[in-house]
Amino acid sequence: MRAMVYRGPYKIRVEEKDIPKIEHPNDAIVRVTTGAICGSDLHLYHGMMPDTRVGMTFGHEFVGVVHEVGSSVQNLVPGDRVMVPFNVYCGSCYFCSRGLFSNCHNVNPNATAVGGIYGYSHTCGGYDGGQAEFVRVPFADVGPAKIPDWMDEEDAVLLTDALPTGYFGAQLGDIVQGDTVVVFGAGPVGLFAAKSAWLMGAGRVIVIDHLEYRLEKARTFAHAETYNFVEYDDIVVHLKKATDYLGADVVIDAVGAEADGNFLQHVTAAKLKLQGGSPVALNWAIDAVRKGGTVSVVGAYGPIFSAVKFGDAVNKGLTLRMNQCPVKRQWPRLFEHIRNGYLKPSDIVTHRVPLEHIAEGYHIFSAKLDDCIKPLIVSTPA
Amino acid sequence: MAEIPTPYTAGKPALKESVEELRARIPGWGVDLDPADRPSFPREQPGIETGAHWDFPERQQEDWPRERSIEHAFLTPVFGTSTPPKGTSGAIRKYAYKYSEGRAAHWLLLIAADRVDAWEHHLRSLATLRPDNPVTETGVLSEFSRRGLGSRFGKKRADVNHQWIDPLLVGGPWVLAGLGGVAAVRALRRAAVGRK
Repeated sequence: MRAMVYRGPYKIRVEEKDIPKIEHPNDAIVRVTTGAICGSDLHLYHGMMPDTRVGMTFGHEFVGVVHEVGSSVQNLVPGDRVMVPFNVYCGSCYFCSRGLFSNCHNVNPNATAVGGIYGYSHTCGGYDGGQAEFVRVPFADVGPAKIPDWMDEEDAVLLTDALPTGYFGAQLGDIVQGDTVVVFGAGPVGLFAAKSAWLMGAGRVIVIDHLEYRLEKARTFAHAETYNFVEYDDIVVHLKKATDYLGADVVIDAVGAEADGNFLQHVTAAKLKLQGGSPVALNWAIDAVRKGGTVSVVGAYGPIFSAVKFGDAVNKGLTLRMNQCPVKRQWPRLFEHIRNGYLKPSDIVTHRVPLEHIAEGYHIFSAKLDDCIKPLIVSTPA
Repeated sequence: MAEIPTPYTAGKPALKESVEELRARIPGWGVDLDPADRPSFPREQPGIETGAHWDFPERQQEDWPRERSIEHAFLTPVFGTSTPPKGTSGAIRKYAYKYSEGRAAHWLLLIAADRVDAWEHHLRSLATLRPDNPVTETGVLSEFSRRGLGSRFGKKRADVNHQWIDPLLVGGPWVLAGLGGVAAVRALRRAAVGRK
């Protein structure tokens, strides 16, 4: 089969690999029909995530058709069209049995602090991902679900991570009616978080980024008020002024490890790998939220230390909430919202790249060329 | 006297828009208004239906000594088999797993192993019919087809101030290795001439 393969920081290529085998009785092998590049894939691509090995296939956002199932699989048969959450999880450990699917203890021997994620380094379990023609899907009776007939394939692929993560980020904010919500980052997750904040009754939603075309999308897609932090000497002071010096009730960090806005933080994290992530957005979140407010973190950070302004969080009495999203818990509600027309996830897709051209896809997304917001990996040229 | 800003007195700021205006402007505004009626509330839901039909999963076969965190009691029943550790980088990785996730040494050794791994593969690729190609593998040609300059300049982007570092990170080690190779050849030549 053809698969994307990591060759070192900033370098990937497509290679011929063996089709994955059933390695456990509850495995399925899925033929991928549509995949996506996630913003968090860029942290791997840039060599920021420890234990990212040359030869690995990335990709944790994908949908496809069941090709083969293991002997204990009860819920799927070959030919089923399935969507697969980015979480690899067993459904039966202490954490899964309480709904913390992203914190599964039975699927990642390499680390206890994070669960399993497809194509996301050995720190997340060493599973090859879905930027390939085929992928091994463990616990086929637990993670994947059949794609409803009425659902568009591109909406389905965005339901495997980006939309549920944004929606989950808004939930972590514990938004109540009338809250002012600030979202740092107008990428796919930030756009969905902003949109979701309205569903939860926000009275005002503000999105911050430095890419004008993404802020434009935040205005049109997410109905948000926007500010480009490059235009302000100090975005925190501006947000204080914009909220009558109170600060926002809720701030969502949808940026994570490669945040811009502070050269030293960015370079030490993203270029020199001396921090687990550049915590610029997180520090701005801590400073821009009101005392007693909530900071929700769904941006991805690596496991190494980061220079976070923790003292301000303590002194302001903040609630910090964060996790990788337990995707499947969000699905029933999100399916409803899509059916009712409140959400149309594929509206954020800007690029459709064939697998053979995936190196260009990564570069376009990474360098933010051509107004790229969300690139999909398609099986045929579009 | 000017009006006193919100936090200096007890009152809450008024909404910029009424609930009716928000409902009219935002499709679905407030449909998830009740915090107790959201999918991830409460955070922990003991007994949640997952589809698992086992108490503890059957164990996947271990085909090579699988590295694992020493914070785990045992090898997890299911694990990825993407890329077994090999070579010098593999030895560094195995050593890194002697340290817990709480130790900086664990992560810094893994990051070092990642860099060594890339070099091992780059060098090995030079002896194959498909050596690493920094032009195709970086996708850099999309700079020409996807408005590289137009996407960056005159756009008030914050990342332009550090993107110049990327080519140095990708190409710099190759240039240094090339210079090192030239220096080594020259030194060998000088030594050979000296022997005559």
